[in-house]
Amino acid sequence: MKILVLLKQTFDTEEQIELFDGEVNENGVKYIINPYDEYALEEAVAVKEKYGGEVTAVTVGPDRAESALRHALAVGVDRAIIVNDESLFGDEYTISKVLAAVAKQDSYDLIFCGHMAVDDGAAQVGPRLAEELGIPHITTITNFEIEDGKVKVEKDVEGDVEVIEADMPVLVTAQQGLNEPRYPSLPGIMKAKKKTIERLEAEDLDIDIEEIAPKTEIVGQYLPERKKAGKVLKGDIGEQVFELVELLRNEAKVII
Amino acid sequence: MGVALTDLHQDIREGVREICSRFDQDYWRKSHEEHRYPTEFVKAMSDAGWLGALIPEEYGGSGLGFLEGAIILEEINRSGGNANQVHAQLYTMGALLRHGSEELKRRYLPQIASGELRLQTFAVTEPDAGTDTTKIKTRAVKKGDKYIINGQKIFISRFNNTDLLLLLARTTPLDQVQKKTHGISLFLVDKREVPEGQIEATPIDTMLGGDTNQLFFNDLEVPAENLIGEEGRGLYCVMDGMVAERILVSGSALGNGKYFIDQAVNYGNQRIVFDRPITQNQGIQFPIAKAYMELRAAEALLYEAARKFDEKDPTAGADANMAKYLCSEAAYNAAEACMQTFGGYAAANEYHINRKWMQTRMMKIAPISSNLILSYVGQHVLKMPRSF
Repeated sequence: MKILVLLKQTFDTEEQIELFDGEVNENGVKYIINPYDEYALEEAVAVKEKYGGEVTAVTVGPDRAESALRHALAVGVDRAIIVNDESLFGDEYTISKVLAAVAKQDSYDLIFCGHMAVDDGAAQVGPRLAEELGIPHITTITNFEIEDGKVKVEKDVEGDVEVIEADMPVLVTAQQGLNEPRYPSLPGIMKAKKKTIERLEAEDLDIDIEEIAPKTEIVGQYLPERKKAGKVLKGDIGEQVFELVELLRNEAKVII
Repeated sequence: MGVALTDLHQDIREGVREICSRFDQDYWRKSHEEHRYPTEFVKAMSDAGWLGALIPEEYGGSGLGFLEGAIILEEINRSGGNANQVHAQLYTMGALLRHGSEELKRRYLPQIASGELRLQTFAVTEPDAGTDTTKIKTRAVKKGDKYIINGQKIFISRFNNTDLLLLLARTTPLDQVQKKTHGISLFLVDKREVPEGQIEATPIDTMLGGDTNQLFFNDLEVPAENLIGEEGRGLYCVMDGMVAERILVSGSALGNGKYFIDQAVNYGNQRIVFDRPITQNQGIQFPIAKAYMELRAAEALLYEAARKFDEKDPTAGADANMAKYLCSEAAYNAAEACMQTFGGYAAANEYHINRKWMQTRMMKIAPISSNLILSYVGQHVLKMPRSF
């Protein structure tokens, strides 16, 4: 069985986000594997351990994203690929085209990814990639099994659970609760250091950069306004209503 | 220092932090207050291979150096944990590795590396022999293919949480040797094979809440093949591991110091008194800044000592001793600054500061007293008269 896992490096969720000239300041920021991708990674490795096979991890991103792949190798991934060609970076449309080109270089029975990235929260890359490859996908899964050659998953639907069966190849996206990601062992870290990470560029993937140009554009970025302290109205109910109407009219200006 | 090495250090820090993050400060508080050995933490560290880090790859470890070992311990303490509970598993095996017979190494090292067997105890100190180790009275007499051991030891850590222990005993009494450092032998005792009654342990309650004991040996039988190194040369088997140990212990102290800086800064910046964070007061802020600088300086000397040690530079020993002194002093100063920052809350167990403070204070006493390092530097580095 061949398994592909998609990884994205994101801001550490504990980092403070700062804007500098309208851009997010990346200086000195710690990057982690997108937490939902960690579940995907754990599941991919666990499936390999249980049913046999080979796991390949892929990321599209700058050189620093290599550390995400080293982590993946340290916890049991067999092969790691980075697409670090800047001309291939872009929005969800672009990235899923690039990932499709990578996936088509081999034939994968299973593709795991996080259900969304914690930075942009788009939750598009998984389903888009499945469409590009013409295979089914199931999002936000919380349990994964293989029975009689079929994939059987539990899917989180706003608090309810759907049980879904699918043939392989299939792409699934991981929801929180799918598993408890393992931490790398020291021998794992040492072995990962000796493995080579494959680097791919537009040429290797036979991609026409024009054709996959992003469909969206970021026109501005700003931090949400700081929430101001609330106001607790005092007095009897009549006074409170009177004051509330006054405030809605004169301060909030929502009543004319 | 090469880039690759720094990279490895970063990986080690992150790897250890990942495990430590699953054992929060309340876990350690409970372990301390209930005198409970942190078995789950030790198992997690062993399973992930961290405690076998210094054992060569051919015996199932990862073959890392002592600076890497120091970083592992540093990260445990920095997280709020207690590296003291695991450090022995990391390095007590050193004497066995350097001086043990190939048979003994093959028998025990792989299982120590995997954590299957715990080698957490090193029985040296006696009621009448501390740093003057040559005065030990515990006696080992060879009878056929066994040694029969009688005597007692004190302040022996983790005896109830180990499978193996190293034991130092006199095979020739002090008054019958030409040189007082002769006539001492080192044994590997496999506790699992010791019949009941041959070792009696009496727990000693300490402020550290750990597993500390007084041990009595009553005709303890140890197979002759469990002798490490030559008979009568045991002290030397131990001594050549001292420099390495100083480097590791420096890492532990450094981790405590960084813990206190982290805590003091976070708490002090948030604690509002007289309508402003207390770290705005110079009386709070400056001691934290000073302790931080002292830690950084001590850390620099530690790295220098470790580099020299790896390069087999004979001056590594002096540097390692000085690094141990400076790291433990700087850590204690950071503990003091942090305690002052927390004020009355430092006394409350749930803030963890008092517990870590005790552990940090202890490092100025054990495993070597700061005074003995001062005397060493005075005499051996600066060539002044022997002070004791």
